[in-house]
Amino acid sequence: MATSSTVLERRVAKPKQSAGLWSDAWGRLRKNRLAILGLVLVILLLTAGLLGPIIAPWNYQVQDLQAVFANGNRPVPPFSPGHLLGTDSLGRDLLSRLLDGARISVTVAFVVQIVILTIGVPIGALAGWFGGNLDNALMRFTDVIYAFPDLLFIILLSVAFRETAFGQALDGLFLVFVAIGLTSWVTVARLVRGQLLALKETEFVEAARAIGVSDRRIVTRHLLPNGLSPIIVAITLGIPSAILAESTLAFIGVGVQPPRASWGSLIADGEKYVRGDPHLVLFPAVAIALALIGFTFLGDGLRDALDPKLKGKQ
Amino acid sequence: MERSEGDVSAADLPSIIDLAPDEARRAQTESVTASGTKRNADKLLEVRGLKTQFFTADGVIQAVDDVSFDVGYGETLGLVGESGCGKSVTALSIARLVPDPPGRIVAGQIMFDGIDVLKLSNEAMRKLRGKEIGFIFQDPLTSLNPTLTIGYQITEGIREHMRLSTRAARDRVVELLAKVGIPRPADRLKDYPHQFSGGMRQRVMIAIALSCDPKLILADEPTTALDVTIQAQILELIQKLSDEFGTAVLMITHDLGIAAGMCDRVNVMYAGRIVETGTVDTMFESPQMPYAWGLLDSLPRIDDIRGAKLRTIEGLPPLLIAPPDACRFGPRCRYARDICREDEPELTARAGEGHLARCWATEPGGWIS
Repeated sequence: MATSSTVLERRVAKPKQSAGLWSDAWGRLRKNRLAILGLVLVILLLTAGLLGPIIAPWNYQVQDLQAVFANGNRPVPPFSPGHLLGTDSLGRDLLSRLLDGARISVTVAFVVQIVILTIGVPIGALAGWFGGNLDNALMRFTDVIYAFPDLLFIILLSVAFRETAFGQALDGLFLVFVAIGLTSWVTVARLVRGQLLALKETEFVEAARAIGVSDRRIVTRHLLPNGLSPIIVAITLGIPSAILAESTLAFIGVGVQPPRASWGSLIADGEKYVRGDPHLVLFPAVAIALALIGFTFLGDGLRDALDPKLKGKQ
Repeated sequence: MERSEGDVSAADLPSIIDLAPDEARRAQTESVTASGTKRNADKLLEVRGLKTQFFTADGVIQAVDDVSFDVGYGETLGLVGESGCGKSVTALSIARLVPDPPGRIVAGQIMFDGIDVLKLSNEAMRKLRGKEIGFIFQDPLTSLNPTLTIGYQITEGIREHMRLSTRAARDRVVELLAKVGIPRPADRLKDYPHQFSGGMRQRVMIAIALSCDPKLILADEPTTALDVTIQAQILELIQKLSDEFGTAVLMITHDLGIAAGMCDRVNVMYAGRIVETGTVDTMFESPQMPYAWGLLDSLPRIDDIRGAKLRTIEGLPPLLIAPPDACRFGPRCRYARDICREDEPELTARAGEGHLARCWATEPGGWIS
């Protein structure tokens, strides 16, 4: 034995530090042009969200009434001096308002996913790991939530809590986060459950049990990391739906309170002027579209990168 | 087959690890004579009347049916038999790892080092697993978690069962990896399982099994998934380390060659029951059960004519749902007579010491002598 291992030692040069899952995945992602386009769009959105108020030429609620008067009491058109994307009818700079809206969209995107993860992962993990009656109960509950009309639920929730501190928090956004989160954790819960059901039968779980690892550690350290890729993909692909949901709600007047405006409420405001000043609808719509495309492309790319075997399926 | 049946307390281990194997063995024998006190019972493991059943839609499968055997301290016991005869379920039952549902241990007693395993709480059982009972699984390719480093996976048991600082735990892991023959152990802690070959992974599994100085290792076909040259190395390693650490081994295998080479005693299992038991020498010199003859006869020989068909035991083992009160091997046995189909034989004594067999034909007064 001693000789064999010394021989091995001499022969085997240090294998090149293997990449591991993440750098492998990054290598595959990099080759995917659409995914990179998505990544760039996402980074742009994040930058806009983080730095919005700093790089914005105007404060989002300042009215440049002079410019509006100069334009015959009409919204300033795009590409005017001082207002790159024009203003609305009250003289508020559209670019600045879009940048503030980006902040809202980014916050919605991420906070909603956190809500989804904190509800969906534990429920899915409990159901998948323990199985049996608990699984049945949790999954039927999940089915009920799934079957519930999302928009109706969110609107009801918003109306019911609008006047409370809970409804006013973060300019009314907090309520929207929670409402969207409460209706969209279902997918993640089912995904996690499915992952655990498959993974808990694997031999490394049996091996971990055989050395006395507790159930809790097995789930958190052995199973969830193995099921991480599909969860990441689901999260990335869930972000555009959250952004879209928020915009839809804002469009129908639920959620963010004026004078702040999300992209959805910008479209709602601009709707009246769509014949004469289409830019008021066009630019927020383009912003929404770019954000959705960015996350969707990135999500698709991540799916292919994290699980190459899955490519072409689904 | 006399062997010092010593167990080594955790406290003596580090010093032994530093010694060369021969010195270690000497030191171990000495420590045993000086302090045989670590033993809490006569036998390390006493299994009595174990019955493990699986409750399926088709009926109750009696996977392990009234199995009794002992493993002495430091002894290597072989559990031999073909697929589906209950070997693995026996081992899983000892560690209480039988998946429930559908499986359940319905009767019997398992005394491990004076502890009644079946009466332990789940939490107490968890503390016993890995610490006192190590497990080596069949397939090292799937028994390691692909997303965790080797270092983490070996440390896991140590962290769970031993109070060691992070640094001491790391040192111990490096030592263990060196012991199991992994080159440059310190460099490889951060590597993932896919960076190891099958044989190397099985070495890692052995290191995990040994990580907390267990008194017993349940080795469930540890070499089945490996190729023959690696097999020999792994078996040699298990034998060497179990000698060195004074660990008893329950070696489950369908390979009689492995059993002959490694074990002190052998139990032959068939259809959920032990059909023959004895020391390796008596078992291989005068097997007392047609099934054991069949197993021995089905081994390829070096003097076989090239191209000749391999010898097999005709037929298949019976389904273990409601087995009849008859010799379970009877339908496949060419020596079977009416009594074999009407009544099940008991395990009765044969000539050699501790040699028992379950066969009407070879009992005193039977028709084969």
